[in-house]
Amino acid sequence: MLIIPCPHCGARDYTEFRYGGDASRPRPAHGTGTVNEWHDYVFVFDNPKGIHREYWQHVQGCRQWLVVERNTATNELSRAQLAREATRT
Amino acid sequence: MKHRYSAAALARHALTGKPWPRAWRAAPPKTDYDVVIIGGGGHGLATAYYLAANHGIKRVAVLERSYIGSGNVGRNTTIVRSNYMMPGNTEFFEHSMKLWEGLSHELNFNVMLSQRGQCVLAHGPSQFDVLARRGNIMRLNGIEAELLERNEVKALLPYLDYSAESRFPIYGGLLQRRAGTARHDAVAWGYARAADDHGVDIIENCEVIGFERDQDRITGVRTTRGTIGAGRTLISVAGHSSQVAAMAGLRLPVESHLLQAFVTEAIKPLVDHVISFGAELFYLSQSDKGGLVFGGHIDGFNTYTQRGQFHKVQNVAECAVAVMPSISRLRLLRHWAGIQDMTPDGSPFMGRTPLANLWLNGGWCYQGFKATPAAGWCMAHTVAHGEEHPLVRHLALDRFRSGNGYDEYAHGNWTYKQ
Repeated sequence: MLIIPCPHCGARDYTEFRYGGDASRPRPAHGTGTVNEWHDYVFVFDNPKGIHREYWQHVQGCRQWLVVERNTATNELSRAQLAREATRT
Repeated sequence: MKHRYSAAALARHALTGKPWPRAWRAAPPKTDYDVVIIGGGGHGLATAYYLAANHGIKRVAVLERSYIGSGNVGRNTTIVRSNYMMPGNTEFFEHSMKLWEGLSHELNFNVMLSQRGQCVLAHGPSQFDVLARRGNIMRLNGIEAELLERNEVKALLPYLDYSAESRFPIYGGLLQRRAGTARHDAVAWGYARAADDHGVDIIENCEVIGFERDQDRITGVRTTRGTIGAGRTLISVAGHSSQVAAMAGLRLPVESHLLQAFVTEAIKPLVDHVISFGAELFYLSQSDKGGLVFGGHIDGFNTYTQRGQFHKVQNVAECAVAVMPSISRLRLLRHWAGIQDMTPDGSPFMGRTPLANLWLNGGWCYQGFKATPAAGWCMAHTVAHGEEHPLVRHLALDRFRSGNGYDEYAHGNWTYKQ
């Protein structure tokens, strides 16, 4: 069972959350970027077997978007922070 | 074939008590091959077989990280069908269905194809219209399909819920009688044995750890059992396509997701068709051993764990009871999970990569098993000729760049993006 430590609500089952996918890729700014850059942003994934930075929204709790670090080989969570406070790496 | 399986061979072995010979050799890796296939699953083995049988290319190695049958070819729900609607898919999966129909004879191995029929349920008039359209397109392509009204579904599948209390009342269904199931392990073993008989080396416990390259040309693979030269290399690894492609410096439009499957305790023969629920992604059939086999949606976030989350167990059980309340007291015996490549449009990639001599067959989402014979057939042609087989030209790796995403169900395929 995947338990996500929400900074507001504490440790909660992942079924309370909506998954939002890879959080490590910066979105190109509006009106910038080539077709290839947008293609890579929308369609291409690193899909790592290991640490993955990803978005989860606590839809049945505080409704905040989180950035969570999870090991995709074990589902072990190492970090969860509010998305607006998360620094991009 | 050196040791043909037949009734006479069975009687001879029973009388003499001699052990059966190995179905395929434990081949040590040679220094180089014309074609190296990474991944000894159904698709990789089928590709190797058709390379040898259809194209005369016999210096072929299949490299399997674990043992034959350990991956998704032994983890699926064994359903085969060809009720697809989009131009491209319709012909491809019908080619696969036709190959399934002759496969036991072709391989001299009983793959236990059971054409018990598959029925997709509709739970309202609009869904019924969509099924009618799908059935009409199938029939225009020469694939039989029968649109069933509620009373016809009830006559065919009397054990489903037709009561006034039904949460999702059954409105009708689309039946493909030639669809059914096949024994998945036998498919892997049959292709492995037949490929081996043509001289293909099947190398188990041999993990690829890197590529040998000459600028933009792949010339071989580095493995845990040494470096192997390759004229052409095919990635056919289901679930780990991103991992293997990354060794060649490629990033793919793929995320690895987990799909669970379930078997209940065995009951007497009851469900003699494959049934797809229309109100949620859920399907059920009954195995020859008597257990009901269930399948559902992916867990919903990318993972390589091969361990399913409990809420999908609950979801699948709810679907089972919604469509067939009489099984509510059955106990689930086992559930397991496989890792599958999920792609943005739910369709696979078959064909060239940006690197010369490196070919890709991956991204199969939910539909890899039923595609096994045609995927092997078309991939063998593609690798042999250096040009994509006409049946798979819509599955190019760079299709999103040109705006040609190929989405059979028009909603992508990732739960979290729907």
